[in-house]
Amino acid sequence: MNKRVAIVGLGHSGFGTTSPDLSYREMIFEAATRCYEDAGGIHPQSIDSFVASSEDFMEGISIADEYVPDQLGAVLKPVHSIAGDSLQGLASAMMQIKTGQQNIVAASSFSKVSNLSNHEHLISYATDPAYIRPFNENPYFIAGLEMNRYLHETGTTREQCAAVVVKNKYNALNNPGAVYAAKVELEDITTAPYLSAPLGIFDMSGHLDGSIVILLASEDKAWELTDKPIWINGIGWATDTPNLDSRLEGLGSARYAKLAAEKAYRMAGITNPFHEIDFAEIDDTFSYKELQHLEALNICGPGEAGQLLELGCFAPGGDFPVNVSGGSLGCGYLHEANGLQRVAETVRQLRKEAGKRQLPEAETGLAFAWRGVPTATGAAVVLSTRP
Amino acid sequence: MSEVVKVFGGTALSEKDISSGKIFLTKDSLDCAYAWDTGVAINRYLAELKKGNIIATRCRKCKRIVLPPRLFCELCFIPVNDWVYVHDSGVINTFSICHVHWDASRVKAGEDPHLPAVIEIDGASPGMGIMHLLGEVKPAKIKIGMKVKAVWRPEAERTGSITDIKYFKPI
Repeated sequence: MNKRVAIVGLGHSGFGTTSPDLSYREMIFEAATRCYEDAGGIHPQSIDSFVASSEDFMEGISIADEYVPDQLGAVLKPVHSIAGDSLQGLASAMMQIKTGQQNIVAASSFSKVSNLSNHEHLISYATDPAYIRPFNENPYFIAGLEMNRYLHETGTTREQCAAVVVKNKYNALNNPGAVYAAKVELEDITTAPYLSAPLGIFDMSGHLDGSIVILLASEDKAWELTDKPIWINGIGWATDTPNLDSRLEGLGSARYAKLAAEKAYRMAGITNPFHEIDFAEIDDTFSYKELQHLEALNICGPGEAGQLLELGCFAPGGDFPVNVSGGSLGCGYLHEANGLQRVAETVRQLRKEAGKRQLPEAETGLAFAWRGVPTATGAAVVLSTRP
Repeated sequence: MSEVVKVFGGTALSEKDISSGKIFLTKDSLDCAYAWDTGVAINRYLAELKKGNIIATRCRKCKRIVLPPRLFCELCFIPVNDWVYVHDSGVINTFSICHVHWDASRVKAGEDPHLPAVIEIDGASPGMGIMHLLGEVKPAKIKIGMKVKAVWRPEAERTGSITDIKYFKPI
């Protein structure tokens, strides 16, 4: 059970608000081809197992697991799907190697959200049919409730949330794969129409199509496939009760994130994440989520994230850069593929392949994903150049 | 009947208990609408069906001519861009006679049952074909290995769909 696990390959395709030129199969084939070439040109025949992360409702195909093999080169191989964020899929792939069952495992996920004509309905169907759905609200009211309580509990301001949007969209200007990059002012965000107050329309990340495939390997295989393996030193995930009205700490905090991170830190031997981790790619589906998650991940204390942001702590040149890629606010939101998007960017930084946005010090990074409203599920992973 | 049921009895539920609102149910009908990008390969497949052709792709490595066409070979894992027309005839590989409709109601006497079949298409690699329906044939006459040919919808009625072929009939 002590096998070390590394990320040895990385590929993506199709990032755009729409992707009418490619079917999801063709899009994933492209990402998989890039990933396998990145891992020294490995043929999928040599890959032991495959894990996809998907939600059938998003795809409009039930038992979508069965549609996974072809485009990954996984025909007649061990394949299974995780109905969760792809960072949970990464954990599943890692465990297959940890147990000694497999040596090389691919993790994949994709978004074709542009193919849904009423995606709010699908989000709404994730709420309880007896006691939430009858109110017939646009489901983003849940983010409004969360944000309001978070601001109330921590003293964080509306402007500090808007500053997250300004930072991440600006960071995205240095990321050629970021679709929602922009140079905006604080007032652009704070004066925009409300979606569900206090949440404004620009406090929410935009939808993105795209596919990501990541290849994992045990230590001995890793060195055969790449000369720059990135080690998965810790991983954890947690889910709170689905009840919006009876969570232990209410909607203001993200206890799922705290528990996921604690497990990942413990596994990685990290006791002071702010000092021992160099940067983070963390969920910013909504502006306040980045701040709320930073506090839950123990990067700073409760109510401190907004002020540290204003002091420049989380900027690319700050003490603890956060979402240098642009995050979901700058890159777009990939739904269940979101976690792998955060992992892919962390790996690029650790490999020193991040181009114009490369951080000078990037030896250990944190990636964190949340499954979006109405969920209370998060997954955290500590990645490093050192095992 | 178990001891517990004998002792505690219980009250049977009827359909009326539910329809009269005595038993609470939460009801919703889901409103989902999708428009799937067909992509390069299936787009061309459907466009050719509209013209009355069946087009397949051939892998340069394993040489398989496959249906439906695809932009990559799932076995060799290489891109595929060699397009070949195949015939609209073939051989029944397997078939079934549907005695129930999709809503589980039984096909009545005198009503034609649906006849799904896998047709190995002439010109494609062995075993490669199209899942479609059989027509103009009595169920009792169908045999595995029987030669069949596509019956197309009139050109004006075709929409770029697998149903542009109405069914396959024995020849």
